[in-house]
Amino acid sequence: MTAPTLVDFDDVVERFDPMLGLEVHVELNTNTKMFCGCPTEFGAEPNTQVCPICLGLPGALPVVNRTAVESAIRIGLALNCDIAPWGRFARKNYFYPDMPKNFQTSQYDEPIAVNGYLDVELDDGSTFRVEIERAHMEEDTGKSLHVGGATGRIHGAEYSLLDYNRAGVPLIEIVTKMIPGTRERAPEVARAYVTALRDLIKALGVSDVRMDQGSMRCDVNLSLSPRDSGVLGTRSETKNVNSLRSVERAVRYEMSRHAGVLDAGEKVVQETRHFQEDTASTRSGRIKETSEDYRYFPEPDLVPIAPPREWVEELRGTLPELPWERRRRISAEWGLTDEELRDLVNAGALDLIEATVAEGAPAGEARSWWVAYLTQQANTREVPLDELPITPAAVARVIELVASGELNNKLARQVVDGVLDGEGTPDEVVAARGLAVVSDDGALIAAVDEALAAQPDVAQKIRDGKVAAAGAIVGAVMKATKGQADAKRVRELIIERCG
Amino acid sequence: MSSRDQISRDEVAHLAKLSRLAVTDAELDLFAGQLDVILGAVARVGEVAADDIPPTSHAVPLQNVFRPDELRPGLSQEQALSGAPASEDGRFRVPQILGEEQ
Ligand SMILES: [Zn+2]
Repeated sequence: MTAPTLVDFDDVVERFDPMLGLEVHVELNTNTKMFCGCPTEFGAEPNTQVCPICLGLPGALPVVNRTAVESAIRIGLALNCDIAPWGRFARKNYFYPDMPKNFQTSQYDEPIAVNGYLDVELDDGSTFRVEIERAHMEEDTGKSLHVGGATGRIHGAEYSLLDYNRAGVPLIEIVTKMIPGTRERAPEVARAYVTALRDLIKALGVSDVRMDQGSMRCDVNLSLSPRDSGVLGTRSETKNVNSLRSVERAVRYEMSRHAGVLDAGEKVVQETRHFQEDTASTRSGRIKETSEDYRYFPEPDLVPIAPPREWVEELRGTLPELPWERRRRISAEWGLTDEELRDLVNAGALDLIEATVAEGAPAGEARSWWVAYLTQQANTREVPLDELPITPAAVARVIELVASGELNNKLARQVVDGVLDGEGTPDEVVAARGLAVVSDDGALIAAVDEALAAQPDVAQKIRDGKVAAAGAIVGAVMKATKGQADAKRVRELIIERCG
Repeated sequence: MSSRDQISRDEVAHLAKLSRLAVTDAELDLFAGQLDVILGAVARVGEVAADDIPPTSHAVPLQNVFRPDELRPGLSQEQALSGAPASEDGRFRVPQILGEEQ
């Protein structure tokens, strides 16, 4: 295969209009699978979370997980969708061993939620509305391990090994309508949409939405049409797009590739492509089966779902404050500019600051700790801010100790270091490292007298009214007390002793 | 029954390709004929459905059958793999999969 011709992105958007479509799969964080009572935890030994139902053994009878349906309805409501009054599951038949049943159970043409939208915020603060076609329930597939191929891919593999722990984990697939009019912002809109969806689902508490662990996965559909031609291009579907950055890069790459194909006077092939994280490119997968090939038919082992109105309204009542409403509220409460707010969101600090404030810390202090010292520590340790081993409660406690005068800023940082190094709670670190501010005047006066005696010429200057000279004595006392004195109090005592 | 109005030889060939089954020309003729008879027999059910019988996918008029989201004991790895023709490293071992990737 020859490498595709890529057209420069600026050139692409000058001559073509992209049409974008996004399919996002979200694994629900229910305790059990969609149709059986097997656990859903990530990372267990292979084939230890399976039963006759999810292994498709003869005679097994699936039953729908009520919590999964509730989560699906809540997602639908949060996306401003209509909830279908009646719907069935269908069997999607295909010949591939990642489902031991030989079919995947999925809501095919009767999705539980339809016709919604999600307003997403772009980098410049403007809002872009993405229309949602549907959100439907299905089950995840097992995991294949291809053995013998050089890269773990199918090509060149001698055989495959299957782990069905994930088979049957509840999955919600959220499909956008075709998104027109994004032009040069297509990559940005795609990323912003997936980001907003992730934040929304996180706020609903129905999934871990960890793209790195596969609990949120994105497929990018893209086609190009010549600028203002109104002709709809052939689309490609790129799978395996597993980070927010990759979503943006996949759209950009496919736009450049499609333009190259069209410029050469060739036809874009309707196909599934796979995103390559290392090269930020896509490679061809199989020619897509048509939906007819899946021979969908209503699942005879499951009865229809007809959510009563009262149930839907009850679930609507459980919707939390949505992320963008919350951001607007916080912004107003803390007096942030849009730009400051965006910086906090991008730094992943907003939740942490809010949680710290909830533990009783003033917003300003909480913000300053998380965006300055703790962000620095996170960078040094090369972990995301929210994975630093310190809780908002611990940060709030450190702030409280500073406010009460028991710690100064320098000591407070040492306490935080101790917490980050696993030495315990702030109070335990203070006790173990002996870090409390020396507030006992007796001890301080002794240190002051000693420092004055050691530098008689400076002492004389102070006595002569040159108060600025006291700085040298403050420094000596701070050094003698290993920084554990309150510098302001030391200064007061020096003036007193020289008075 | 009229012959060959339920499934064509081409459709059987297509299905065989999707399911990675090597089917000879003679087998295609044989299977197309047999499947056609089976599908024809099933299609006769539709003939008795009059306008006053709504289509249904279930024999029982039930809906909203749910289970609580509670763990139930399943199979051990050994039990899960006990019926597998081949296994390796706690996983089901299957022959090389050609051409497609989910
Ligand atoms: Zn199971």
